[in-house]
Amino acid sequence: MNSNTRATDAAWLLVFGAWLVATASTLGALFFSEVMQLPPCVLCWYQRIFMFPLVLLLPIGLFPFDPRVVRYALPLVLIGSVIAVFHVLLVAGVIPESVTPCSRGVPCSETQIEWFGFLSIPVLSAVAFALMTLLLFLAHYRTNK
Amino acid sequence: MKRSTIFLLAGAILGGLFLLATLLYKSGSGGQARGADPTLLVRMHAQTLGPPDAKVHIVEFLDPACEACRAFYPFVKQLMAANPGKIKLTVRHVPFHTGADSVVKVLEASKKQGKYWPTLEAVLASQPQWAINHQARIELVWNQLEGTGLDLEKVRSDMNAPEVERNMKQDQADAAALKVEKTPEYFVNGRRMETFGYEQLRKLVQEEIAASYP
Repeated sequence: MNSNTRATDAAWLLVFGAWLVATASTLGALFFSEVMQLPPCVLCWYQRIFMFPLVLLLPIGLFPFDPRVVRYALPLVLIGSVIAVFHVLLVAGVIPESVTPCSRGVPCSETQIEWFGFLSIPVLSAVAFALMTLLLFLAHYRTNK
Repeated sequence: MKRSTIFLLAGAILGGLFLLATLLYKSGSGGQARGADPTLLVRMHAQTLGPPDAKVHIVEFLDPACEACRAFYPFVKQLMAANPGKIKLTVRHVPFHTGADSVVKVLEASKKQGKYWPTLEAVLASQPQWAINHQARIELVWNQLEGTGLDLEKVRSDMNAPEVERNMKQDQADAAALKVEKTPEYFVNGRRMETFGYEQLRKLVQEEIAASYP
C-alpha cells in the first residue's frame, strides 16, 4: 500500500510536470503572437491546436488524480510531436517547402526568432512536445507497476 | 504541501511571469516607436518619389522578393494619389530573402540610368515569375526588365560596382539600427506602425497629413 501511494505520488508529479511544460509553452506562444505580434505560420497553428488543450485537459486528471489522463493526453502530444519534428526539418531544409501546406501567408521556413544561435520557435515547440511525451510515458509506467 | 496548493502556486507564477514579460516588452519597444533617427532613414543614394516639398515623408524598407511588399506597393501609390502633393516616398532595400541581394543590386544599378522607379515597378509586378518558393532567382529577372528601357548590359556591369555594394550595405546597416526585422516596414515622418496592416498605415499617414496640413 505504501509503495503504491509513492508510485501514485511520482506519477502525479510527472503529469504535473507535463502540465507545467504545456502551460509555459502556451503562454510563450501567446507572447510571441499577441505581445510581440509575430504572425504564426500554418504549421505553428497546428502545433498550437495540439498544445493548448493540454493546459485544461491535464489538470482535470490531476484533481482528483486519474492515471488514465495519460491515455487521453498522449494522442494530442504524439501528433503535436510529429508536426513539430516536421517543422524543424522543414526549417533545416531537410524537407523542401513545396511539399508543405504553407504557400500563402507566413512561410513556415522563415525563421523569426533565433536565441543562442539555435533556439528557434519550432525547436522550442519540438523540445516541449518531446518533454511531455517523456513525462507522460514515465507517469504511465509508474502507475502500471 | 498540498497538491492543489502546488498547482495554484505554479499557475500563479507562470501567469505572473507572462504579465511581467509583457510589461517589460511593451515598455522596451514603446520608447523606440516614438521617433526614428532621421539620419538613418534617408541617405543620399536612396531614391525619393513625389514632390520634394511634400510634408509627409514615407520611408519604406522593402525586400523586392517579399510578397507583402509587392502587395503594399500599389496601396502606397494610391495613398499618394489620393493626397496629391502632400506625400513623398523614399525606398530603402533589405534583401531578407535568399538571392534577393542580386535583385537589390539590379535596382541600385538602375539608378545610374535614372530608371529606378520603372525598374522597381517591373520587378515587383513580375515577382511571381522570378521569386520561386521564397527564393529570388536573378536569372529569371532579366526577361522581366525588357519593357523598362534599361540598358541591361550596363546594368550587368554596374551591379558589381563598389558603390552598389556600399549602398546595399548602408541600407542593411540602417535597417538593423532601426530594428527593421520584417518587410515592408514604413516610417511616416519617423513614426512606424504599431501593428502591421493596410488600415494602420492609412491611419498613420492620415494623422501625419492632419498634423502637417492643418
